[in-house]
This record gives sequence, C-alpha cells and structure tokens, in this order.
Amino acid sequence: MTATVEPEVGKARLRKEDARLITGRTRWTDNLTVPGLLHLAFLRSPVAHARITAIDVEAARRKPGVIAVFTGRDLAEAQGSLPCAWPVTADQKAPPAPSLAVDQVNFAGEAVAVVVARGKAQAHDALEAIDVDYEDLPVVLDLAAAVADGADLVHPDLGTNKSAHWVFDSAEAGTGSDVEQAIAEAEVLVERTYRQQRLIPAFMEPRSVLVDPTGEQTTVWSATQIPHILRLMLALTTGTPEHKLRVIAPDVGGGFGGKLQVTPEEVVALVVATRLGKPVKWTESRSESLLSAHHGRDQLQKLTLAARRDGTVTGLKVELLADMGAYLRLVTPGVPILGAFMFNAIYKFPAYRFECTNVFTTKTPTDAYRGAGRPEATCAIERLMDELAAELGRDPIELREQNWIKHDEFPFTTVCGLEYDTGNYEAATAKAKEMFGYDQLRAEQRERRERGDTVQLGIGTSTFTEMCGLAPSRVLGSLSYGAGGWEHAAVRMLPSGKVEVVTGSSAHGQGHETAWSQIVADQLGVPFEDIEVLHGDTQSSPRGLDTYGSRSLTVGAMAVLKAGEKVIRKARRIAAHMMECAEDDLEFTAGKFTVKGTERATAITDVALAVFAAHDLPDGVEPSLDSEATFDPDNFSFPHGTHLCAVDVDTETGFVKIRKYVCVDDVGVVVNPIIVEGQVHGGLAQGLAQALYEEAVHDESGTLTTGTLADYLIPSAVDLPHFDTDRTETPATSNQLGVKGVGEAGTIASTPAVVNAVVDAVRHFGVNDIQMPCTPMRVWTAINGGPTDAGGLGTEAGGGLGSIDTSGGAA
Amino acid sequence: MIPAAFDYTAPSTVDDAVRALADAGEEAKVIAGGQSLIPVLRMRLAAPSTLIDIGRIPELRGIRDEGDALVIGATTTHYEIQRDPLVRSHALLLKAATDTVADPQVRHRGTFGGAIAHADPAGDLLAPVLALDAELVLHGLEGRRTVAAADFFVDYFTTALRQDELLVAVRVPKHTGWGAHYEKFNRVAQAWSIVAVAAAVRIADGVIAEARVGLTNMSAVPVRATAVEAALVGQPATPEAIKAAAAHAADGTSPTADGNADTAYREHLARVLTSRAITAATGV
Repeated sequence: MTATVEPEVGKARLRKEDARLITGRTRWTDNLTVPGLLHLAFLRSPVAHARITAIDVEAARRKPGVIAVFTGRDLAEAQGSLPCAWPVTADQKAPPAPSLAVDQVNFAGEAVAVVVARGKAQAHDALEAIDVDYEDLPVVLDLAAAVADGADLVHPDLGTNKSAHWVFDSAEAGTGSDVEQAIAEAEVLVERTYRQQRLIPAFMEPRSVLVDPTGEQTTVWSATQIPHILRLMLALTTGTPEHKLRVIAPDVGGGFGGKLQVTPEEVVALVVATRLGKPVKWTESRSESLLSAHHGRDQLQKLTLAARRDGTVTGLKVELLADMGAYLRLVTPGVPILGAFMFNAIYKFPAYRFECTNVFTTKTPTDAYRGAGRPEATCAIERLMDELAAELGRDPIELREQNWIKHDEFPFTTVCGLEYDTGNYEAATAKAKEMFGYDQLRAEQRERRERGDTVQLGIGTSTFTEMCGLAPSRVLGSLSYGAGGWEHAAVRMLPSGKVEVVTGSSAHGQGHETAWSQIVADQLGVPFEDIEVLHGDTQSSPRGLDTYGSRSLTVGAMAVLKAGEKVIRKARRIAAHMMECAEDDLEFTAGKFTVKGTERATAITDVALAVFAAHDLPDGVEPSLDSEATFDPDNFSFPHGTHLCAVDVDTETGFVKIRKYVCVDDVGVVVNPIIVEGQVHGGLAQGLAQALYEEAVHDESGTLTTGTLADYLIPSAVDLPHFDTDRTETPATSNQLGVKGVGEAGTIASTPAVVNAVVDAVRHFGVNDIQMPCTPMRVWTAINGGPTDAGGLGTEAGGGLGSIDTSGGAA
Repeated sequence: MIPAAFDYTAPSTVDDAVRALADAGEEAKVIAGGQSLIPVLRMRLAAPSTLIDIGRIPELRGIRDEGDALVIGATTTHYEIQRDPLVRSHALLLKAATDTVADPQVRHRGTFGGAIAHADPAGDLLAPVLALDAELVLHGLEGRRTVAAADFFVDYFTTALRQDELLVAVRVPKHTGWGAHYEKFNRVAQAWSIVAVAAAVRIADGVIAEARVGLTNMSAVPVRATAVEAALVGQPATPEAIKAAAAHAADGTSPTADGNADTAYREHLARVLTSRAITAATGV
C-alpha cells in the first residue's frame, strides 16, 4: 500500500523566511560588520551637466576620522567603465561610464568623489569640505528635443544623442505583412502619442555594499538581485581575477529591477577597499537612492493602429523614443526592446512594425523596473484598444474578444514570431466580468451619466499577456544580449536525510525558500521542514544567473527539479542494489523505492545514509547522491489575465478613487497560492501607482524635484482599494512544472486598466487621454477642456517638507 | 542621512529652556516631537549648533479647562488631542483637523505646539487655530506675552516668536456646540494638504448665526476666508446659500504653484472644498 501524502505544491504555506525578514532580525548588508570596518560617503553633483574644472579635497582629508578622499581622476584607471551587457545594435553608441565622474558630470546625483572615514558620520561631515568647481554645460532634458537637429549634446564626443535605432518589421522578418500598406488601406486609424513617465523603483531596503579585501578572496556583500552577474562584471570591470572574488547577496529587501545593476558604488567600494587593504561599507540614504539609483520607464510612444470598421485590427506601428538617461547601465538599452514583442499583445495583428530610438539625456540612467519594457507596451496597446472601441462605439471587452487569439488556436505564432504555448483569454475574462458585475456597473454608469452626477463612474479593461521566464539563451543571443538565460541548481542529500537545495536564483523577497522547498518535498518525498534552500553566495551557490524577469520559478525551480531527478536516478540504482532487484522493478513514490507488487521498500533517506557509509555500493558507483543541473528553457512563458477597474472621478476636483478592482490571472500551475496572491497585490500597487501617483520630475535645470518620499508619492495601504483576485489555471507547456511566473503580472496589467477607467469616466466631456500619473489637477484640467498633461513645476516654494529649502528657515 | 553634529540639552523647566535658548543664540533650534525637524536635520537642510529638547518639561503638556477657553500645552501630542473629551466638546474643529495629520506614528510623536511653531503653510493645524481665534502664549526672558493667531504667522515657516521665546501653550476659545469639519485635499493619505479648509459654524433657529473658515496652503500663511464668513451669517443652512458664500473662498488669497496644483486650480479647490467643509459642518 502506498501512503497518500497531501502534495506540497499548491498548498498555501506561510513563508518560512518571513519571520526574519519582517522583523528585520537578519543579515541585511547594513547589519553586517567586520573588524576595522571603514565607511564611505559619496559627494554627488548638484548640477545635471557640467565640466569639472577643479576639485579640492585637501580640507576634507584633514577632517576628523578621514582616512582618504578619492576623486574620479584618482581612480580613473582602476574603476574602468561600468558595464553594459546589452548592445542592442552593432553600431550602438555608448560613452565611457566612470563610477566616479572624471572630467564631466552628466546627471545631477552622479558621484564625483568618495570619502573614506572611520565613522559614517565623519565621512558625511567631510563631504561638506570638498570644493568642486563646475562649468555649466547645456542640459538635455526633453526626449523629442534631444533628437532634433542641432540639439545640445550630452556626450559631444558621440556626435549625437541617439544611442541606437532598433527596428522590427513583420514584413521584413517574414512573420507578417506590411504595416504601411495596412495603414494605407485602413478604414479606421487610431493615432496617439503616449508618455510612459519616468518612475523610481523605490525598493524598501536601500542599496548597501560591504567589501572585505583582507582574506585570500575579497568578499563583497551587496544588496543586489544579481550576485553571480555582479561577480563576473566586477572582475571584468576592475581587472580583479574572478576567482579572487566572492559575492554574497545576504537577505535583500526588494529590488523590482532596481537592484539588477552593477552600481558605481559597488565598483568604488571594491577599488577603494583593494587600494587601502581595509574593509569598507556604504549604505545609501533614501534621498540618495531616489536621486542616483537607476530609474525606470520614460518613453514617448507614437502609435498608429489600423482597423476595419467591423473592429478587426489590421496593423500596428510603434515609434518609440526611449530615455537612457546619461549612461548605458547594465541592460539599459535592452529594456525598450523587451517591449517590442509585447505591443501586439494577445491580438491577431497581421502587420506590425516597431522602431525604437534610444536617446541620451542629462538625467539619472534608466534601466529595468518591474516589467521592464513590457508594462510600457501593454499600457500602450490596452489604451489603444479602448480608444478603438470608443471610436467604433463598441464595448471594449467585446472588441478585444473579436481580435484576440481564441483558446483553441494555441499554440499560436504571433506577428513578432513568438510562439504562445497556451492561454485561455475567454475563461479569464468571463470569470473577471462575473466577479466585477460588469453589466450592472455599465448600467449604473449610464444612469449616473444621464443624471449628471458630479461623481462619474468609469470602467477600464486590461487583457494582458507578458513574455516571462527570461529566457531561452538562444533567443537572448539573437537579441545581442551579453549572457544566456539558463539557471543552475544542485540538490544535496545529507546523511541524516535532510536536504540542501542550492539555487542560482537570488531571492530578494519572492519566497524562493518556501516555494523551492515545496517542490522538492513533493519530488523527493521528504518533509518540507527538512529542506534548506541555499542561495545568494557565489561560494555556496557557485553558478547562477539570478533573479529578474519573472524567471526564478520557470527557469530556476526547473533546474532544481532537474537536479532532483538526477538524485532519484542515482538513488534508484543503489536502492535496487540494496534490495537485490532490477532498477526497473522499483517505483518511487512519497520518498520510497518500492519493489513493484510487493511491500518491500527503502526510503531515499535510507539510501542517503547507505551512500554516506559507502560500505556496499554497486561497482563503479560514486558514494554520493548529490546532483547538479542547469536548465535552459526552450521558450518563454506567457502568463495572461483580465483586469477590470472601476473608478469614481470627482468631476469638481478631478480626484480619482478606485472603487473596485478585479483581476483574474492565469499564471499556470501555482506552487503556493499565498505567494502568488502577494505578488499580485504588490504588483497591482506598483501598477496603480504609475497610473495615479508616481512620477520622477526634473526642473528646467535638470534637478530632480521629486527627491524625497514627500514629493515622490508612493501609495500606502490606505490609498489602495480592496483587490478581488482570482485565477484560471492553464498550465504552460514550455516547462515540466506547468508554471508561468507571476512577479511582474500585476504591474504590467494594472496601469492601463486604471487609466482606461479614468478616461472612460470623463470621455463624455470630450476627453480621450490624460497623461500619467492622472493627478487630480490633470483630470480636472482635461474635464475643463485644457491640456491633458497639466501640472508640472511650480516656481515658488510651497508647503510641505519636500519643498523646504535651506534658506527657508525651517523650524 | 546623518545630521551634522550639534549640542543637545533637555531642560526640565520653561525658565531653563528659555535661558538655554538665549544662551545658544541664533543657531539654536527647539525640538519637541521632531517630526518635522529631524528630517530637515538628516537632510542637512538645517544645521543648528544646539538642540533644546522641550519634551521633558511636564508643565508644557496637557489640556486644561480655563472657563471660556481651553489651554493646550505646546508638547501635547496630536494623539492626545484626538482623544481628549474637552477638545471634542469645545474645539471639535481642532480634533477634526488633527485626525487628518499624517499617520498614527507621527500623531503619537508629533506635538501641537511644534506643528504651529513650525508654521508650514501646508500644515493642517494652522488654519483651525486661526479660525478659532486662538491665542499663542509665548514665554521669553522678559516673561510671557500673548499673540493672536492672526498676528503669529508672519511668512513661510516664519512666526512672531523672538529668538529667546518658546511657544508654551495655545489658548483656544470654547466653541461649544459648534458644528465643525476639516476638508483636506491631498493625493495620498500621508501627503501634505494641497488645499484644506477648516470650517466651524453655529446654527441658531435654522440660520447660520456665526461662521469661521480658515484655509490651509492658500497663502504663505494660513488665511481666514472672511468674505465667506460674512456671506454665511444670517443665511439658512441650505446648499444654495453655502455654495454662494463659498464662491468667495479664494478672495484675497495668494496661493503658490507647484507640481500638484497651479494657482488657478488651488483657487478652484478652495471654493469647492469650502462649500463641502461648511456643508459637513452644518450637517446639511
């Protein structure tokens, strides 16, 4: 008889890592110390674009506790140039990217000098004694102006502000027809320009790095998403031999792509520690983080959608300007390119063209931020589908259904050449409409509109998909990405029957320790509690490509599964030897090898002990069950879902209140429903924030005016609605687990659902767009016939902490 | 970030605090709950030589009934004001505004007097203090003086406090039985007011007998919407009468422009929010 054990996969387990993460009684980088630790503080440029004509650090060197002060010139050779791993075109233009600026600063917040002191406060005090002379250069802030003839240049040596021009054309690729012809023959054209505003990732734990050069290997602790990539890149950038570096990402408090980076501060910390032969640490302040950690989004999207009068879409043309900021960081140029494959979304466009110009400005560099390219694309197409519906007087959901891939049409090769393996948009949408009460809300909307209610109801739809599980290495190669997309894992059976799982994924809040334990518990038939997941240290998890792009479960956990399969295969041979039977006579369930048709069985944990003793193993069998595997997916995975949002818009003030938010996501097989729901909630919060609250704003001199959380408005729980979340479950066929990834889904889907709802609420006032974030003033101005991008910078000091200046005499 | 170094003293009496203030000179700052000052110090927007902590002076804390007025000690916390039965009975407007201040953590640390002395034009307690005709009790080397709220707020973050003076208490005339409402408009719950309106009304025989309306963030200092008050008196508490009076809300104001609101939008908001605040205060 086989014991039936409730499977772990699918169980709503509380996360085993939460107690230490939530209480903070754990190893955050800033909690760590080593003997003789010195502290770094960075002096940052207050101006956006200037030549450095002189830096005087002598007074700073004499300040109490100061050990050394370095300028960019002092470190010029050792610091090298920060890496960009994604040259999107062969002729991509990129300036040198020094960690400390050498001759010129190109964004406000760029580091120009570093102080090393015994105490953190002493390091900060000494910053004020450094004297820098700047000779102002013209700032380059506006994307369209930056690419115009005669524009001022960020990097005059490049001769242009255009870094790269990247094109995908379905006619040229042979994946579809010619979009110009589709536009020429269109019965209906929807032409729009949308702005994806600049956002700041704003992870909870500030960035922090500690470098100890006193061992044989130099150890780098960093609050990073990518310890493995960081090790390689630090080696390549600074010339430190790779085998002399150990990188540890201890517990990391969020990243959202913001810690998918090789930062100037990490490079400087390594260079300075090496030069001084002493350990150093740097932890940023929140305002330092908002100013200098990479930003996200920032695109200007010119869009042309062609359709027939009957609502059938016939072509889509996308022309993007994407703001790189002042430099190309790790994957900066590739972010908009990731979106190239997502503008067509779930719809059967026969013709498609995507063109992107990557542009330099004198702003903080941009790079990956939750969704990275895909939210921008999804927002654009989902807004356009609502606009087409309005143009044709059709229900926006019904119009989408007319154009989307039907569930019996999978697998489906898109106009971009991607093969969507599975999906069921009808099922998710039907469920969402039912939960939302779609028809009743539409009826209420009509009634309130006729009544002239001062508070108008709007309904927004977003039927999204995304490509995630980054990624098949061959696809990344075809996109000129500098690395593969595989992931590595190892499973180690300890003599006592406990299990160590080593993963190359690098959790920073996702819950890998819990999810991986659930998967391995089912596979090996050992208790959940008996599994330890090791990650984030290049010594204990020597190979990996880390965590981003919703890839950990689809790629990283698959590697774990493959390693586990090898453990079972090794154990089977030994179990057969122990029970004196043929391997084929054994079946493995619930942790036991059982001789078929008998009750004779040996537990895998007993096999592990026998292997440890190694007294009686078959000839030629090594005394170890431990196994490694590296998994490289054949395809992306394609989560999808239907998000519906109802908003109440106060037409007297422009204030938007989300009244109801329903989402039905299909993320394939679910390992842990609590983790999935948590990811969806957090993702929704960030997506709604783009729609309504967050925007990084620079003034005309290039200064970030949203440099504190008093001005960069992140919603808290009280600002967010109750989320009604549910799922459909269409397993992915591109991996054995049937999983699709959930980390970015909520963020990608929700932004256009909210904006569509806001525009829907006020469309009868003649409004067909409101620029994000849809602030009360923008909504009110649009209702009253004004421009849709109202709001911007004031010229006078206002109230509130963020507006205080040094001369304000604040109490 | 880390504040610049400073000296710290925590006197236990008002006299000692005032002496410390005089001794420390221009570069001294008074700290109470620290909810505004500490961020400013950490960002090094200010670097005072001395911090005088008045949090350990018992006589500065608490709410007393003095017949026709409540006297609220300067270091009484927002949380204490929210919970105080005297405030609820006699200065409901103050409770209504305090309820909207920041979040529970700030309300437990932050002090009433600190918020007023800080004089942030977007601070929520200035307009109610002005609307209720409160008086500020200031104590300096030369003794005590009392300044009307209308004379206390001088400019952005600037008050009538002299270098050696401490705000020790706020005397709030009782408005027993008045209806009150604080209508706050901001983008997220923890943000400062873009505009807010403090309204208190006394209704007698179905008619508005008296009205007090104060505006937050409509000028460099809190302002009274005197034209609205005058227009309300003697009117029935009807939506039409209230709306007509509220049309004057922005008269005489000079609001700032920032990323959240330009001046025209602020003026519009003042009118809409004034109408709503009075409506809520009258219970119409």
